Amino acid sequence: MAEFARSEPQELPVGPVGRSGPGWWGVAMLIASEAALFSYLLFSYYYTGASALPGWLLEPAPKMIPTLPNTLLLLASSVVAWYGEKGVEKGDRTQALVGIGGAFVMGFIFAGVQCWEWAKKTYGMGTTSYGSLYFTTTGFHMAHVIVGLVILAALFFWVLDDYFSPRRRISVSAGILYWHFVDVVWLFVFTTYYLTPYLGFAK
Amino acid sequence: MRQAVFRRPEIGDDNEMLRARLHAIWETAPGLKGWLGTVDHKEIGIRYIITAFVLLALGGIEALVIRLQLAGPDLHLLTPEQYNEFFSTHGMTMIFLYASPILSGFSNYLWPLLLGSRDMAFPRMNAFSYWVFLGSAIFLYSGFLVGAGPNDGWFNYVPFAEKDYNPGFNQDFYSLGMIFLGISTTVGAANFIVTAFKTRAPGMSINRIPIMIWGTLTASAANLVVVPAVSLAFFLLWMDRQFGTDFFQPAGGGQPLLWQHLFWIFGHPWVYAIVLPAMGMVSDGLPVFCRRPLVGHSLVALATVSVMILGFGVWVHHMFATGLPGLSLSFFSGASIIITFPSAVTVFAWIATIWLGRPVITTAFLYFASMILLFVIGGVSGFMTASVPVDWQLTDTYFVVAHIHYVLIGINVFPVVGATYFWFPKMTGKLMDERLGRWGFWTMFAGFNIGFLPMHLTGLLGMPRRIWTYPAGMGWSTLNLVTTLGSFLFAVGILIFFFNVIKSLRSGAPAGANPWGGSSLEWSVSSPPPPYNFAVIPTVASRHPLWEEALDESVARTSLTRGMTLDQGKEALHTSPMDAEPERIVATPEDNVAPFLLTVAMMVLFYGMLLKLWIVIGLGGLGCFAALLMWLWPRRNLLERAPPDRKEPVHG
Amino acid sequence: MSGATPLGYLSSAGSRAATIVPLTWYVLIVSILVCVIIGALVWIGVRRSHSSGGAAETSAAAVARNGNGIRWIWIGVVLTAIPLAIALVWTVGALASVAGSPRRPDLLLDVTAHQWWWEVKYHGDTPSDTFATANEIHIPVGRKVLVRLHGGDVIHSFWVPKLTGKTDAIPGQENATWLEAAGPGIYRGQCTEYCGLEHAKMGFEVIAQPAAAFERWRTAQLQTAPPPATPAQARGLALVQFRCGMCHAVRGTTAASHYGPDLTHLMSRRKIAAATLPNNPGALSGWIQNPQATKPGALMPDQHLSGQQLADLRAYLETLK
Repeated sequence: MAEFARSEPQELPVGPVGRSGPGWWGVAMLIASEAALFSYLLFSYYYTGASALPGWLLEPAPKMIPTLPNTLLLLASSVVAWYGEKGVEKGDRTQALVGIGGAFVMGFIFAGVQCWEWAKKTYGMGTTSYGSLYFTTTGFHMAHVIVGLVILAALFFWVLDDYFSPRRRISVSAGILYWHFVDVVWLFVFTTYYLTPYLGFAK
Repeated sequence: MRQAVFRRPEIGDDNEMLRARLHAIWETAPGLKGWLGTVDHKEIGIRYIITAFVLLALGGIEALVIRLQLAGPDLHLLTPEQYNEFFSTHGMTMIFLYASPILSGFSNYLWPLLLGSRDMAFPRMNAFSYWVFLGSAIFLYSGFLVGAGPNDGWFNYVPFAEKDYNPGFNQDFYSLGMIFLGISTTVGAANFIVTAFKTRAPGMSINRIPIMIWGTLTASAANLVVVPAVSLAFFLLWMDRQFGTDFFQPAGGGQPLLWQHLFWIFGHPWVYAIVLPAMGMVSDGLPVFCRRPLVGHSLVALATVSVMILGFGVWVHHMFATGLPGLSLSFFSGASIIITFPSAVTVFAWIATIWLGRPVITTAFLYFASMILLFVIGGVSGFMTASVPVDWQLTDTYFVVAHIHYVLIGINVFPVVGATYFWFPKMTGKLMDERLGRWGFWTMFAGFNIGFLPMHLTGLLGMPRRIWTYPAGMGWSTLNLVTTLGSFLFAVGILIFFFNVIKSLRSGAPAGANPWGGSSLEWSVSSPPPPYNFAVIPTVASRHPLWEEALDESVARTSLTRGMTLDQGKEALHTSPMDAEPERIVATPEDNVAPFLLTVAMMVLFYGMLLKLWIVIGLGGLGCFAALLMWLWPRRNLLERAPPDRKEPVHG
Repeated sequence: MSGATPLGYLSSAGSRAATIVPLTWYVLIVSILVCVIIGALVWIGVRRSHSSGGAAETSAAAVARNGNGIRWIWIGVVLTAIPLAIALVWTVGALASVAGSPRRPDLLLDVTAHQWWWEVKYHGDTPSDTFATANEIHIPVGRKVLVRLHGGDVIHSFWVPKLTGKTDAIPGQENATWLEAAGPGIYRGQCTEYCGLEHAKMGFEVIAQPAAAFERWRTAQLQTAPPPATPAQARGLALVQFRCGMCHAVRGTTAASHYGPDLTHLMSRRKIAAATLPNNPGALSGWIQNPQATKPGALMPDQHLSGQQLADLRAYLETLK
């Protein structure tokens, strides 16, 4: 008679602890799927541009003002959000509120500048396929920024309400992970629409 | 009652008291709230299966109408418009609303039982994926019922799908409905992936999981990253139609071929995703009837994964006639031929299992064994189309229609019916009628081959697909009549199967826990399983927990009657991704109506988008937001510090 | 075989299809053999040592691992590799010989696919040598004919199984294919990319003729329509100009719309309605009066001509040879 396999476990965490738990996996899956979505959007741009006639770019030399500072602002908001997450980790509520609130404000300014930029464009969504792609891609990104802002706002109020502790903070980590994702995606969108024309794409 | 942050799990023996306690904790609440809010994977799996079978019947009726129209030359049973909607709806139903959901249903039901866990990783998301599937099926079919079903085939090429050529609501129903369905698929896929990596019983390391898990896992990994491609394509099409964008309109610099790339980047992995889990069913079911483990278990697992990985790189073989440069044709042709190898590994593993086993011929075995042949017929016709010059002749003829039906019926329907005979006793506690089963099998097998084998020849004689009628004198008339007769015989076989299910539900012989002498964990619990699945979490020591005595290979034995009891609430165990070491105790959510409410709000949203009524869109959006908030609110029993203005919650 | 199956492609009548036919037979025979072998393996494997029964017999049968059997998998895979490798090499070779377009074609055609007919343009040395016809492509035997494909509205696909495989006609992009007929004959073609209501009735014919006959045909096609010789024909011409001219062109008259097929030499064609009906008086009258009966959904509306009008129209159309 063979021995039975035994699992003699140590103390196990109950529910999520720190940044690890089922919720983290869930957000990772969401991000994987969303990242794929953006890569298909950018693929559509490259495919259409590569097979288009010369003169397809409606903005052959995209202006860097205000987009470049706006991009840096969004990237900086990731750092600020990380600072806020550290605050929750340390149990420092003030730091947490400053970080999460600061990231919210920066994201909000980014969205405002982006809307102002849209309003200034001389072409629209229905002008040509370039216009369709530009507005749809940046629009998709904007939708993600708005979702991210809603998440940051919810986290802000939950922190204010003392919902989290250094050990129970999976919602904060997952929410801020999503915010990082939104910022990184913008880098790809920015590179595609604002930098590749300078590298000679679709000229 | 606040939960401790750390706890040593209690080890106990399986006994009546424990079972009673677990039963009280895990039981779904009675009444409508429980019915709408249930998160039990078994309940959800069965709903998936029943819904998918209903859709199979609908798609089958459509197919029979199509076959009547094609039974002879120049018939006028249907107008061209009706015919086009029928064949498109038939494709949509079988490929999107039957083939994938039926496998999700079986996987949903079986996964936690195969893995030795109490539920999926995200039970509420599981309920949500079912409700969205149901909602999108209703949405898609509501178009067909008001005479505006899809009318451009299941892959919906542009520009024909654009408003200039297709002014009705048909394409709006189809695009929005497909985006809606994509949400269900994606959510389900994410759930399966996390379930496979996190919820296995202790000791069930990655090399010990059943092939069916591999099948659904790889299909889910693919779906997670390819479904966005098709959802995006449909979204862009909807924008073109409703907001005058130019994604696919050549006049505005758009690219009709962009649609085809986005669609097939999704479409080809998808066709693997709707067969791999079914191949997994065969890989797990066949050895039980051959009374030996599967030959080359690891190789088959590896083949499953490599089919999927290669499957990402062959989408262009659906576009060989679009005028691509020769170099890319050669590349995709080569990749498509190479994908034969992992399939060959799987086929020879099955055959070796039969030869080195002692097969017992039951109905389920007949379905599994015949699937090997059907798989090969579907496979070799696919290999023929992989050769570009040959494909220039074969493509868009009935040869391809024959191929797709051998693949989908041979590698999806046959294994699924076999799986029903195999696992029905587990789900209901009753055996299905074997005699009726044989009759049903031979009727199906004969009908299917009489119907679809000649169709290859119809294609070689040049009959194009998607034609609503054909003239006499093309050499196709007799063959089409044979196909029509065969398809009706096949339908009779399906009816016998449905009848057998209903009859066995009422008066099947009692099955017991393990009627077939199966080897995996689902056979260690009662039939039907209790709501908590396992009273004690099993500790797994080998690949075949129930065959260890017979095979006598491993030093240790799987422990089924002593282990973690996890009875301090609705709890499950999460383990590490590779070695399945215990990692965490997680609270499993209670019944929750949020997924159902979210789906209802989404339906409002989608109908609003269809009719472009901004008020309805706004209402639906607000409803979605409210339901999501209800769903995602942090759980109070997990908090370490109560929010200052709130009392202690009463539940825990 | 070709007589009974106009669209069959297991035999060929031109060089481009001829390259593909042996490869098609090869993969077909390999496929059939594989199916027979696998079927036999499954059948024998089951018959060898089976017992028959239900649940009780299954669970009663002993479980044992009789050898591990993995080498059989490898043997099978190696055997599979041989025909696959041949197919791969052959495919690349065949592709190299038929892909792309001939560098110096003897004749150049522009074919535009419309819902649900084919517009065919012949180019000569001067613009005046250019003419358009529909649904009937004449080519000289033994010459390489380059066909440039254009999508007029939605995606269609150009296919003449006896001469060449499919190439899509896609709006906004120009694809090319080529034809070369080994001998004289009439080869049927068909649209094979689903394109809407009457996709089923979007055929055409390729007529391969000896060079001299082809030149005669071409010269005839360049002529404009003769003037009407009788009062009936004159009334018919007026009808054509006022009514048919909304969509059709007859060169030499004021009917000059290219929305539908060019009718200048209507009577020289074997078939009408995209190779759907024979071009005989009865069919033509029926088609003019009631195209929706033959091709429901076709873009040509029913005409409801009076008997007199139809007779006049027929009188004029007879002159368009």
